[in-house]
Order: sequence, then C-alpha cells, then structure tokens
Amino acid sequence: MEALLAIAIGTLTACGVFLLLRARTFAVVLGLTLLSYAVNLFLFASGRLVTGAPPLIRDGAFYTDPLPQALVLTAIVIGFGMTAYLVMLALRALAESGDDHVDAGGGK
Amino acid sequence: MTAHAPILPILIPFAAALVLMAGTGRGLAFQRGVGLAAALAGIAAAAWLTLLADRGEILVYALGDWPAPFGIVLAADRLAAGMTLLTALLAAVSLLHAGHGFDARGRHFHALFQLQIVGLQGAFLTGDLFNLFVFFEVMLLASYALLAHGGGLARTRAGLAYVVLNLAGSALFLIALGMLYGTLGTLNLADVALRLNGLGDDFAPVRLAAALLVAVFALKAALLPLSFWLPMSYAAAGAPVAALFAIMTKVGIVALLRVQVVAFAPAAATADLLAGWLMPLALATVLFAALGALAAGRLRELAAWLVLGSAGALLAVPALAGVDLTAAALYYLVQSTLAGAAFFLLAERIAERRGNASDAFQPGPAPAAPWLALGFLVAAVTAAGLPPFSGFIGKLMLLEAFRGTPAATMVWTVLLLAGFLVMASLARNGSRLFWDRKTDLAAPAAPAAGWRRGTAIALLVAAGPLLALFARPVADYTARAAAQLHAPKAYIAAVLGKDTRSIWRQRRP
Repeated sequence: MEALLAIAIGTLTACGVFLLLRARTFAVVLGLTLLSYAVNLFLFASGRLVTGAPPLIRDGAFYTDPLPQALVLTAIVIGFGMTAYLVMLALRALAESGDDHVDAGGGK
Repeated sequence: MTAHAPILPILIPFAAALVLMAGTGRGLAFQRGVGLAAALAGIAAAAWLTLLADRGEILVYALGDWPAPFGIVLAADRLAAGMTLLTALLAAVSLLHAGHGFDARGRHFHALFQLQIVGLQGAFLTGDLFNLFVFFEVMLLASYALLAHGGGLARTRAGLAYVVLNLAGSALFLIALGMLYGTLGTLNLADVALRLNGLGDDFAPVRLAAALLVAVFALKAALLPLSFWLPMSYAAAGAPVAALFAIMTKVGIVALLRVQVVAFAPAAATADLLAGWLMPLALATVLFAALGALAAGRLRELAAWLVLGSAGALLAVPALAGVDLTAAALYYLVQSTLAGAAFFLLAERIAERRGNASDAFQPGPAPAAPWLALGFLVAAVTAAGLPPFSGFIGKLMLLEAFRGTPAATMVWTVLLLAGFLVMASLARNGSRLFWDRKTDLAAPAAPAAGWRRGTAIALLVAAGPLLALFARPVADYTARAAAQLHAPKAYIAAVLGKDTRSIWRQRRP
C-alpha cells in the first residue's frame, strides 16, 4: 500500500509541476490542482497508513492518527477556495486582454 | 480579562469583517466607520497586549482550553506583541488613507482589509506551525483580492502571477508540515523545539522538512532567487494596499527568526541549517534591490524596491542571530516598514499632482506643492539611511551589531554600497519629479488631498523623525524582545509547562 501511495503522490506531483510551468493559465490552474491533490495525499500519509481503524483514541484500542485527517480537511478547504479565486482571476485577465498567457509582457 | 488579551488583536478585526460583510448594502459611511473603529480598537488591544507582554512573562492562550501540544496555542511574547502593535498602527493609517475614495472603487474593500489584518496578527501571535499556515492563507487570500482591488489589466496580471506563486509556496509549506509531523509527531513550535533536541542520529528527514520550511519563509520574505514577484506586484497595488503590504514580507522574516532561534538553532540536527548560504543570498538581495531602485522608472516601483532592500538586510540576521543583532534588526524592521509604506502613499499623491506624467521619472508639470516636496525629502532621507532620521539610526545599529561577526566586512561593504546607490537614485529621481519641470505644460487640476489622505501621509512621514526622537524607548523595547526571544527554554516552559516529560506520546513505527 505504501508503494502504491508513494507512486500516486509522485505521479501527481510530477504532472502538477509540469503543468504549472506551462504558459497558459488553464494548464497552470490544472497543475496547481494536481499539486494540491498530491500534497493532500502526502499530508494524509504523514500519520502513517493504517487500514480498518477508526480515528478515535481509546486506551489500548487500535486506531489511526486523527490529526492528519483534520489537517487535510483544512488544507482541502483552503486549496479549494484559492483555486476558485484563481480561476476567477484568470477569467478576468482573459476578458480584459483577450489572451490567457500568464506572463505580463508576453503573448502578444 | 487579562487572560484573553492575546486573542483580542485577532478577534476585533474578525468581528469587524463579519459586521462589514453582513452590512454590505449599508453604504460607505457605515463601512468606513466600522473599519476605522475596529482599527482604533485594534491599536488599543495591541498596545495593551504589548504592555502586558513587556512585564516579561510570555502570555499563552490555549484556544478552546486544550492544553499544548494537543491544542492550538497563541503565544504573545514581546516580539509578537510589538509586531501586532506595528501592524495595528500601519493598518489604521492605511485604512484612513483608503477612506478618501480608494475603497469605493470595488466591493468589499473594508471586509477584506479587516481579514488581512486578522491574517497578519494571527501569523505573529500563533505558536503552532499548522496554525501559522492557516493564518498565512487568511492573509494571502485577503491580499489577493486587495491587490486586484481597483481593477485594471496591470493589477489583474500582477495578481495572477502573485496568486500562482503563493499557491505553489503553500503547497511547499504543507509538504514541509507533513514531513515535520511525520517525523516529530507534533506541529506545536515549542514541542517541535523540544523533540528536535531529543532526536537520535537519523535526522535527514527532519533536516529536509526544516529546509523546506525555511524555503517557504524565504519566499514570503522575498529572498533573492525567490524575490522577483515582489517589485511587480507591490508596484501594481493601490497605494493604501501597498502600504499595508509593506509589512507582509516582514511576516516571513519574523517567522523565520522565531523558528530559527526557538527550534532550529539549539538542536544538533538543524543547528547549521542556515549557515553559509542565507547571508550571501540576503546580501545579494540587498544589492539586487539597490540596482532595481537605480533602474526604476516610476516612484511606486522605486518604493517596492526599497521594501525589498530592507527585507534583504533583515534576512542577513537569522543566520547569525545573536541577541544584539536581533535587537538591532527589530528596530530596523519597524522603521523600514513605516518608511516603505510612506513612500507608497506619497507616490500616489505625487502622481495625482503631475497629471499625465504620473509618477514616472520624466519631466512634467511642476507639482507646486511645497508640503509634498518636504514630505518626499523626509521620507527619502529616512529610506536612504541618512542622518538625522530613523533610517540612519536603524542602519547604524545594524552595522554596529554586525561588527563583531565573521561576515562583518562583507555586510558593511554591501549595506553601505547599497545605501549609496539608493541615495543616488532617490536624489536623482526626486529632483526629476520636483525640479525638472516643463513650463509649457500647465499644471493639471489635481483633486484635493482631503484630510484623510493628508493625515495618513503626514503620520507615516512623521514616523521617520519620531522614531529617531524616541529611538531610545523603541530600541530598549526591541532589546528586551530580542533577549526574550533568545531564551527559548522560557518559551518552551511557558507553552508546554515545566514538566515536559509527562506529555503522552504515541509510539511511531
């Protein structure tokens, strides 16, 4: 399971970084989204991978670390809000200049 | 009531933001009133917190009364409390300035402004690294919208680059936090410091996490290879917004200083993390900013380069981090923040009075405004670090504190050279703005400054002379703050209690 998760995180990060370096805002937004998926998975794994255990602490019971789940939830909410704003900003730049190039001087 | 003092600088702007959002349709007078009332209350709360913190005890506020390290704590020592006071003062002045009409150029300006204050104050006060991330995001989210406030393609473009860069930075921040939690099992700063000390031989992952964290702070503080975003976005922002932004790079610097002194420096695993590379890069940032100031084509760009230069000078400090050096750096931080903010406000007013020539450094109609010229002179002397104002005292203290360190020759050379370049740039461009007039151009009918903007500019410009007049009390306070910061054992004891062995730990595979 660890290997699978590691490969998934690695693939997502690589694709995210590749897209992030593109010159069009749409690809950049997709890249950031993929990157944030990778980060969320990574955060989730920071509490160690445990299957079939509840995130509830009881003495002697088998449980999974609840804190990374709370962290991931926070990160997802923040990342989602940021992405929404970025999409809006990209649309505005497109509407104002008729061009979705990310660079201030380029594209024209 | 005293127990709740550390949360007030966060709660007041937060409550104001909620009221402002609820009263969206109420008109500008209502919004300005609520915003300014909240800003003044914020100053009172921050001043009170500073007085309380100056007694010498670290005020720890456990949110929801969950004890650290399991709950989130706010820790107000002298450094954090002093920074909240600086933020509150700067925010109130910027808000006063924005009340002249800038706030009417788009919706929700006042609510966003208060949320920006929430983020700044929270980032200074929190004692938990994940909570620091959350407050960074609150601060950034508000700053994204404020940067775009007022519209225009330049702002949208600058905003887009700024948002993408900071989102990538946030991803890096989260990776660092995940690694830190995965290896140490805690994100409370005091507990991280404690665990770092008790670490065995296998500390490569921790070092990597710490390095990533430093990289994120360096991005926020605009260290050289990561600083190209700053001049563009700050120069594009509206004047009151840019004035508030002058403190945003300082958030990264204070966070870096705190993490380095409290957690990284005392631990064997991370003690030499900043050694060797941070100082040269910081000095390169100073030189880069000085060259940028020399090449700037508009006053507002010049102001952005000045902000970058002061950030560079401050970034030279955490790598060495002695008590005297920190004390000098904190004084420098206060005065450079206010001087940078003053420039942004002055630039807008000068641009207005020059009509089409705006604030570009080219001959234009004579501004014919002696008070404005005098304000520019005082601000320029402060920013260039010439006597007799606070810029000179700050630079002198910084140079004096660097004198005993091994890097002294390099630091002195770079800071003095950069100071000379900045001075040359300010002198040349100031004379172009005010003296190089085209007599065939009629002076444009500039709109009145208004008492709000006049007061705001006067207050920020006056900060230079005032900080020089009252240099002693301010420098004494920063010395006490530095001494307290450099006693991390007291910080850990205040947050976690004396008996740290009784903290229950999960055994990790």
